[in-house]
Amino acid sequence: MSIDKDTVVRIARLSRIAMEDDALEPMAEELNGILAWVEQLSEVDTEGVEPMTGAIAATLPQRDDDAEAGTATDDLLANAPEADDGFFVVPKVVE
Amino acid sequence: MSDLTALTIADARAGLAAREFSARELTDAHIAAVECARDLNAFVAETFDAARAAADDADARLAAGEGRLLEGIPLAVKDLFCTRGVRSQACSNILDGFAPPYESTVTANLWAVGALMLGKTNMDEFAMGSANVTSADGPVINPWRRRGEDKPLVPGGSSGGSAAAVAAGLCLGATGTDTGGSIRQPGAFCGIVGMKPTYGRCSRWGMIAFASSLDQAGPLTRTVEDAALMLQAMAGHDSKDSTSIDRPVPDYAASLTGDVRDLTIGVPAEYRMEGMPAEIEALWAEGVRWFRDAGATVVDISLPLTKYALPTYYIVAPAEASSNLARYDGVRYGLRVEGNDPTEMYARTRAAGFGREVRRRILIGTYVLSAGYYDAYYLKAQKVRTLIARDFESAFETVDAVLTPTAPFAAFAIGEKMDDPIAMYLNDVFTVPASLAGLPAISVPAGLTGDGLPLGLHLIARPFDEPTLFRAAGLLESAAGFSHRPDQSGAGRAV
Repeated sequence: MSIDKDTVVRIARLSRIAMEDDALEPMAEELNGILAWVEQLSEVDTEGVEPMTGAIAATLPQRDDDAEAGTATDDLLANAPEADDGFFVVPKVVE
Repeated sequence: MSDLTALTIADARAGLAAREFSARELTDAHIAAVECARDLNAFVAETFDAARAAADDADARLAAGEGRLLEGIPLAVKDLFCTRGVRSQACSNILDGFAPPYESTVTANLWAVGALMLGKTNMDEFAMGSANVTSADGPVINPWRRRGEDKPLVPGGSSGGSAAAVAAGLCLGATGTDTGGSIRQPGAFCGIVGMKPTYGRCSRWGMIAFASSLDQAGPLTRTVEDAALMLQAMAGHDSKDSTSIDRPVPDYAASLTGDVRDLTIGVPAEYRMEGMPAEIEALWAEGVRWFRDAGATVVDISLPLTKYALPTYYIVAPAEASSNLARYDGVRYGLRVEGNDPTEMYARTRAAGFGREVRRRILIGTYVLSAGYYDAYYLKAQKVRTLIARDFESAFETVDAVLTPTAPFAAFAIGEKMDDPIAMYLNDVFTVPASLAGLPAISVPAGLTGDGLPLGLHLIARPFDEPTLFRAAGLLESAAGFSHRPDQSGAGRAV
């Protein structure tokens, strides 16, 4: 499996990372280098092996559904690039 | 280094308790050291006023005989930890100006026992790197030089600023985070102790996420005992991190008995890597002798999947990163580059805010998780990860700890290994397997290369068996008798 320019365009779009046209080909090459290297995993027989999803086997803890004091709205909005009247501001979504 | 900056945490505690010096004097000595060593670029934020105020509080407590575990001990904090009101940017432009309104659990735990913060340390952007060269704040310079050379060397990474700061005597200890070796490898490159606890031992709450199934906080210190003291404070259950484990934190320093006669140490054949420098092979063999001389049993073991750990890691970690870093959208914090609609704003913000290595990992992570490739890459890697963890489980049926080198080479020059991402990834070939398996591991400075650079030996133990890990590391430390330090100007040679 190898990544071409169109694939880079597709994954850059999925990743929401803008890319200049002349950066696509070099990135495809870099990604192909990494993929060719990880390809060696196909040598490992994983028939019937369960995938490991966490580092330590532990059941997810449960807690009571009690309300706790969260972070104050003003504190959270203080880091926003643009905020107004208790809201985050984004570019216009609908015309 | 003044006398006060040459102390271990254990010595400083004793000196403070005996009122030989004050916390304020100790803190001022370190502030002066940081100011003299700014050319190392180890710190990205200095919080001296808060440090002095905390030192005065510590002195009041000490005078009242109420000193706590780390009362008055000046530490540095990796920029990956959220610290209330102080920049916390994981050294990325995308978090430009971010000062969180909350404190990470690990740092809060440290302040709760009296430690104080001198500042935030430089790191690879989002902890993605092994040389501290991907930082948006510029590279860190290792206080060590090759003998007779002035070429600046990397401190390792990603916790490069923390490691350089501890090695240069700018703080008594520092927090780091380790996803694939980011505490242990810089520890080895800078001639200090770097320790990664069992996954789940320290809370990840308030740590800026890279790969959540791998990320763990840990200490960087100049001695094993200091690492034990710092971990004592950092570790513990936290209901705000669902992967934090609820079990008691033992007295780690008490495990340093020096007696390893009951221990069996395993030496894995698969870590004998082709092309590894002979002096690293020799140091490893010396480590084996030290354990034998101390009465431990040393046996050869096999960890057959070792060579697949690095490629597994470079699927799993970018996959998790691509998901974790989706939160940086220019809306809630950090950088925003305007666009005509939200999607364009996101894409422009992320292109401008993320550095090259981070973009590369997000793209590869997105690819291996995308429809049609998920099974071939991500699922396959997760299955190989299971087998790597099983390798260790079988080994730990017969051994108590595994001994390996920490890294396949010593510190290299800034600019080297940067053309080929895979050459850089090889830094972590010996540290990644324990990360994938979630095991506690430690790097102990154990020797010098022919040209005077520090080398580390690496121990891995069973889950939550940090006491055995510290005990074995203590033996390595005393047998190696590593007392070399970079010189006080920070431009130095081994002395």
